[in-house]
Amino acid sequence: MSGGRDVVLGRIRRALADVPAAERPEDVAVPRDYRTTHTDDDPARALDLLAARLADYRARVHRCGEQEIPRRVAELLAERGSRAVVVPGGLPSAWLSRAEGVEVVTDDPGLTHARLDGVRSVVTGCALAIAETGTLVLDASPDQGSRRISLIPDHHVCVVRAPAQVVASVPLALPRLDPARPLTWISGPSATSDIELDRVEGVHGPRVLDVIIATTDG
Amino acid sequence: MSRTDLGMPAFPRAAERATRDQRLRGNLRHATHTIRAKRATAVAELDDWQRLRAAGAAVKNRTLRHLDHYLLQAEAAVTEAGGTVHWAADAAEANRIVAGLVKRTGEREVVKVKSMATQETGLNAALEAEGIRAYETDLAELIVQLGHDRPSHILVPAIHRNRGEIRDIFRREMAAWGRPAPEALGDDPAELAEAARLHLREKFLRAKVGVSGANFLVAETGTLVVLESEGNGRMCLTLPDTLISVVGIEKIVPTWRDLEVFLQLLPRSSTAERMNPYTTTWTGTTDGDGPRAFHLVLLDNGRTDALADTVGRQALRCIRCSACLNVCPVYERAGGHAYGSAYPGPIGAILTPQLRGVTDPLDASLPYASSLCGACYEVCPVAIDIPEVLVHLRERVVEGGRVTRHGARVTIKPAKGHAAERAAMRAARWTFDHPRALRAGERLASRTRRLHPSRLRVLPGPARAWSDSRDLPAVPPEPFRDWWARHRAAKGERE
Amino acid sequence: MRVALFITCVNDALFPGTGRATVTLLERLGVQVDFPAGQSCCGQIQYNTGYRHETEPLLRRFARVFAPYEYVVTPSGSCAAMVRENYPRLGERAVAEGRGGELAELAAEAVPKVRELTEFLVDVLGVTDVGAYFPHSVAYHPTCHSLRVLRVGDRPLRLLRAVEGLELRELAGAQECCGFGGTFAVKNAAVSSAMGADKVADAVATGAEVLCAADNSCLTHIGGTIARTGRGPRVMHLAEILARTEADAPSRTAEGFRR
Ligand code: SF4
Repeated sequence: MSGGRDVVLGRIRRALADVPAAERPEDVAVPRDYRTTHTDDDPARALDLLAARLADYRARVHRCGEQEIPRRVAELLAERGSRAVVVPGGLPSAWLSRAEGVEVVTDDPGLTHARLDGVRSVVTGCALAIAETGTLVLDASPDQGSRRISLIPDHHVCVVRAPAQVVASVPLALPRLDPARPLTWISGPSATSDIELDRVEGVHGPRVLDVIIATTDG
Repeated sequence: MSRTDLGMPAFPRAAERATRDQRLRGNLRHATHTIRAKRATAVAELDDWQRLRAAGAAVKNRTLRHLDHYLLQAEAAVTEAGGTVHWAADAAEANRIVAGLVKRTGEREVVKVKSMATQETGLNAALEAEGIRAYETDLAELIVQLGHDRPSHILVPAIHRNRGEIRDIFRREMAAWGRPAPEALGDDPAELAEAARLHLREKFLRAKVGVSGANFLVAETGTLVVLESEGNGRMCLTLPDTLISVVGIEKIVPTWRDLEVFLQLLPRSSTAERMNPYTTTWTGTTDGDGPRAFHLVLLDNGRTDALADTVGRQALRCIRCSACLNVCPVYERAGGHAYGSAYPGPIGAILTPQLRGVTDPLDASLPYASSLCGACYEVCPVAIDIPEVLVHLRERVVEGGRVTRHGARVTIKPAKGHAAERAAMRAARWTFDHPRALRAGERLASRTRRLHPSRLRVLPGPARAWSDSRDLPAVPPEPFRDWWARHRAAKGERE
Repeated sequence: MRVALFITCVNDALFPGTGRATVTLLERLGVQVDFPAGQSCCGQIQYNTGYRHETEPLLRRFARVFAPYEYVVTPSGSCAAMVRENYPRLGERAVAEGRGGELAELAAEAVPKVRELTEFLVDVLGVTDVGAYFPHSVAYHPTCHSLRVLRVGDRPLRLLRAVEGLELRELAGAQECCGFGGTFAVKNAAVSSAMGADKVADAVATGAEVLCAADNSCLTHIGGTIARTGRGPRVMHLAEILARTEADAPSRTAEGFRR
């Protein structure tokens, strides 16, 4: 094993003979005059943009006040005919308080993949949402759970709390995310362009993505 | 796949066959033209695109000029986060490492998410030889695997197939690999995608080992990043107990922040989306979430040879978006298979001859697989000057010289079959540097023009390749310089 | 203003009409042009085929011959691109190979003078209406090197739009390469021909009488394809259209393809 390491590192050093020995990585200039955001500062505009961009990639967007989350969640589960829903351990319990007759399965390492495959819906929060690209980022925090629960069920309901969780752009998102946590960036439902380079929604991940954008101050 | 492809015809012959395949040309034309227009729209949305492009190129330059530093940093960070790092100098070593790791788990099958690096190393065949079955899970890779075919595009390996062909492959082959295709499977892309979903789901749920590549490896944090669309990547990266990622050493970016550039450049260049449906990032292992064991295999396999070439080095900036393929008029007509490696199109034409050298006739023909129209350079999100590298490699082919192969400096001879051309180029240079001789030749051609056939239909020697499909212009009664002499004399008189 | 014409080897030997038209046009616009006889070829074919060292004497010759002039005007996009993009590279390389700064200096002197014809007309002379008359339908093919290396942009189209009587037709897929590519046309003849055939099909679809470009190497390829199939518009260099006035006879070009 260390053989390969020494061989590769030795080759690299010989290959870079033209790089002055005194040059440090930071000496190679990286121009960063690109934009931090392509959107103006107005939070209301960022919210509208997020909704539009999510919808553009076939996510279904629902906007409401925070108190309405339980009702919206219940409606969405009923609409899909979901009799079971998986939730992360730290999901605010109120969110499922109106979902009657739905079995609630809590994320747990003991839960088998096969069991999860039998659950139609999942409800999670998110770490943040990026308006320009219509992206939700999940970071496995207690209200989001392990990565597989938002993957195996066919229907994902994701709650975004606005405006706190909404950023305008990718450059504004990265500093707020912790690379040590496993992250999943989601932009619309699962899709493929593999047949004639034409986009089709719905392959292995959830085929229906419902996004509830809940505004804190109602 | 490097060595198994040897013995393939050189590019022009393979390409010629492709130009005669009307269905293939139709499929490629349709697909590349569809994505071209979409990419242009997605890119036009960002008014700072050229700045992002310059930043992307600069970040990669920084990385490449200090690659040892960043690799060691990444190694330390991955190890710290609970992963194990392996180094592979070539394809065989990488495959040996992966096979060994799989065997140690006691498993006999793996699920794979599309990875260019493992295509390059021919991992699937190597695993097969060890009694391990590798299931490709990307829709296009599945089509290729079920069709006993080879990939022909970086992003869409089955781009050469249309929906009808895909339906036929699914109907015929799925049963032998697992869940059969539905009885009445039609050719609607949504239906085909559904068939793949059902076929692969059981494999994902039972898989204990996943194999992947990565789009980026962040040195400062040890974070790996995979961009995908279908969710098969998430399945492979999160459901198995063991994850093995084979990553080219050039996939490094220095910092977490650097992703802000590439996560804007890559999706728009690749699938022409603002953002691809799924991106997964992970750093080592996480308790209670995802694989318990993570192995990173860092792959050289010729990359350091390319790194040693100060002009060719820029090819290692490539982020495998495939924009250059989609816009390339040669790729559109030759198809991906003609390039004889995992990397087709313009990037393949500059990368393969650097990774494998130019001793093989196929590899030596790749730098000529371009009209130098420059469309690839224009769309490349990391500004690789592909035409410049092509010309540089052409010189290596015809002149030979000092290069690095397998880490050692060697002198290669000029490739065979260029002697007549070399002589002609020398003669042309001599003539052009002696305008009197040039003028005499031009006059001779003009004075003898009555003796030329009325149409030049078949030219002798290599020029015949021209006259097979095109006429030559007739030689004019006098060259420009003679007209000029008369014109100036007449003017002089008038004035 | 001392202006030299760099006619290029292909135009000199095969398309003298383009050179004559360029002279006619520039003189009509009041420019004193000169044609230094010591000029020859820019070296593009050798350079692009991999024989870059063979190009160096041609760089020296170019710099020497055109040294006395303020501008060097050429009716060839690809030759202008060769000088502007690759001469400096030849210089840099010689320095890197420890052969001194001579080539780099010569390139630095020569490059800023070079103008492709449409650049010279629009940027230096500041004209778009050159007083031409050409009562025909015309499609324009913006050759790769003019488009992507020189970035001449819409200069040729602005010039064409100002021509009296001319009806400009839009060419579908205009930005796609015609498939010429120098030795590419021979080394990868099948792909080159396929590209040429597609370009001709797009040209035919415009219904235009004439397909024009600012580069005769591409027009040789396209015109050769049309001549072989017998179907397609007449090909003409842009300079020949811009040189025409009402006083001219309908057609007087002798060279080109025999139909
Ligand atoms: S060379 Fe550039 S355009 Fe081509 S795949 Fe690589 S990054 Fe994309």
